[in-house]
Amino acid sequence: MAEYEIPDTLRFSEQDEWARVEGERVVIGVTDYAQQQLGDIVFVELPEVGAELQMGDPFGVIESVKAVSDLFAPVTGTVLEINEALAEQPEAINEDCYGAGFLLTLQPADPQQTEHLLDAAAYRAHIQKRA
Amino acid sequence: MTRNAGPGLGFEESLLFEQSRPGRRGAETPRSDVPAVDAAALLGDALRKRAPELPEVSEVEVVRHFTRLSTWNAAIDLNLYPLGSCTMKYNPKLNERVARLPGFAQAHPLSPESNTQGLLELCWRLERLLAEISGMDRVTLQPAAGAQGELAGIMMIRAYFDQRGEKRHKVLAPDSAHGTNPASAALNGYEVVTVPSGEDGILHPDALARVMDEDVAALMITNPNTLGLFEEHIVELCELVHARGGLVYGDGANLNALLGVARPGDMGIDVMHFNLHKTFSTPHGGGGPGAGPVGLTTALAPYMPRPVVEKTAEGRYAFDFDRPHSIGRLHGYHGNVGMLIRAYCYILTLGAEGLRRCAEMAVLNANYLLERLRPAYHVPIDRPVMHECVISDRALADTGVSTLDVAKRLIDHGYHPPTIYFPLIVAGAMMIEPTESESQEGLDRFADALLAIAREARDDPETVRSAPHHTRHRRLDETRAARRPILRWRPGSSSN
Repeated sequence: MAEYEIPDTLRFSEQDEWARVEGERVVIGVTDYAQQQLGDIVFVELPEVGAELQMGDPFGVIESVKAVSDLFAPVTGTVLEINEALAEQPEAINEDCYGAGFLLTLQPADPQQTEHLLDAAAYRAHIQKRA
Repeated sequence: MTRNAGPGLGFEESLLFEQSRPGRRGAETPRSDVPAVDAAALLGDALRKRAPELPEVSEVEVVRHFTRLSTWNAAIDLNLYPLGSCTMKYNPKLNERVARLPGFAQAHPLSPESNTQGLLELCWRLERLLAEISGMDRVTLQPAAGAQGELAGIMMIRAYFDQRGEKRHKVLAPDSAHGTNPASAALNGYEVVTVPSGEDGILHPDALARVMDEDVAALMITNPNTLGLFEEHIVELCELVHARGGLVYGDGANLNALLGVARPGDMGIDVMHFNLHKTFSTPHGGGGPGAGPVGLTTALAPYMPRPVVEKTAEGRYAFDFDRPHSIGRLHGYHGNVGMLIRAYCYILTLGAEGLRRCAEMAVLNANYLLERLRPAYHVPIDRPVMHECVISDRALADTGVSTLDVAKRLIDHGYHPPTIYFPLIVAGAMMIEPTESESQEGLDRFADALLAIAREARDDPETVRSAPHHTRHRRLDETRAARRPILRWRPGSSSN
């Protein structure tokens, strides 16, 4: 199996999004596995600031040279900030998916919700199962 | 810049804008023989201040420009064209001859019905033939392509529920669906719910039952599906939807596999589209517009697009506009009539026996190719297929050669690549549909090319990864083209 970076400090959804708790906010993005599967990302469509995301529901679209996929919210919450830089530099997701390539930050409806997401070991097992 | 610097007589060609020289012209308009009017007074602010910057070229330059470009085409008349789910079958030349008969070719859409009885009769008869082939009750010939057919079908479904006073918000589609299915549902305001396929690649009744309720207007399903597999539970799936008051939309993209063998209407499909440019041999894309007639059950007939060609008690053919519940018009005049003529010609040429033979050969060819490719390529869902087969790059993973590289290398062998990275549920998918048009020798040549590429991936992976090598241009930077597209020529810019 190819090597994927799966940081221990993050939580993960089965739809390959990651979530990082920063104080009262949650930062979300797509995982290294997702960006490697998609290949070169060419376009990302994100919701507006203030939009309400529902855990498990599609909230945006990510497009690569191979395919167009929905983005699914890992937790429920209100969008506080979106990564504006992705409009001009979608390649940031390929280059640094856990840093400069983040998608948006949320005000979570329930701060405990991220606890129910997969930890790094469980997400690694989830990827292996699909390989 | 040298314009004809290609190899031998393989011409390079620049944009017409770049060939433009001030004052050069290809046609002269006669001197005006009516009094001049003051355009500024008539148009006011709407009068443009500057003339448009159109290319100024001679007639021979225009003719050479488009003729040179035409020599760059890949076409079914040059070689096997294995695009999965597109049914790139040969388009018989007889179709073209019939469509050019003066009574068809010179008919004007505004001619009175009395002057176009032959054409109207053809439409009336084509509707009956498509209904017979599919097991549907009625067929509208208006939609201009498959996606518009889907739109029409879902609009009729929505009208049906509106008429019954039922508010339903959801449309279901399997995860193997063509992207147009969710798009057509979403355009009609429906929420799309994806139903997961089973590990055997087909949809199972228990998976459907989990999401089927009274809020579902329709299930959209393609049979055979995009993995080339027959949806074996189709009758039970339709019954499940009908039991909760829903309807079933059949995506007819893959109808070629069923011709003369099985009928969607008999399976329980309520609405379906036909792609005449796939199944019924009318040209794809640049060769002519598409046509996407839609078949439906009697329950949906009141909502058909209008007008509809009907036969009068006196045996004449006439447009019926008096359809108060119709979803309206979907196309100017009466659809892409030239395509209807070609499809009618094809159906009559083959006859019932020929249509069945066509499906049988298409299925045989796809299974033959799959068997030839199996030693070198991974087969994600290993079952007998219908009209197309799906392989993946998984067996090449250790070589670093991907599906995209294989597709590019195929061009060096003289083949248009197959559909790649679709269906989405197979990583690195290559979806190959040979159609019935190919001989065994033709299939062998194509299989040999793919097998040679798999060997080369082991012996010389860099050659595959940097393909194509024998084309006018080497591998294009598709990523940069998508991220920073240049969508139009501007003065001072160059096409290179």
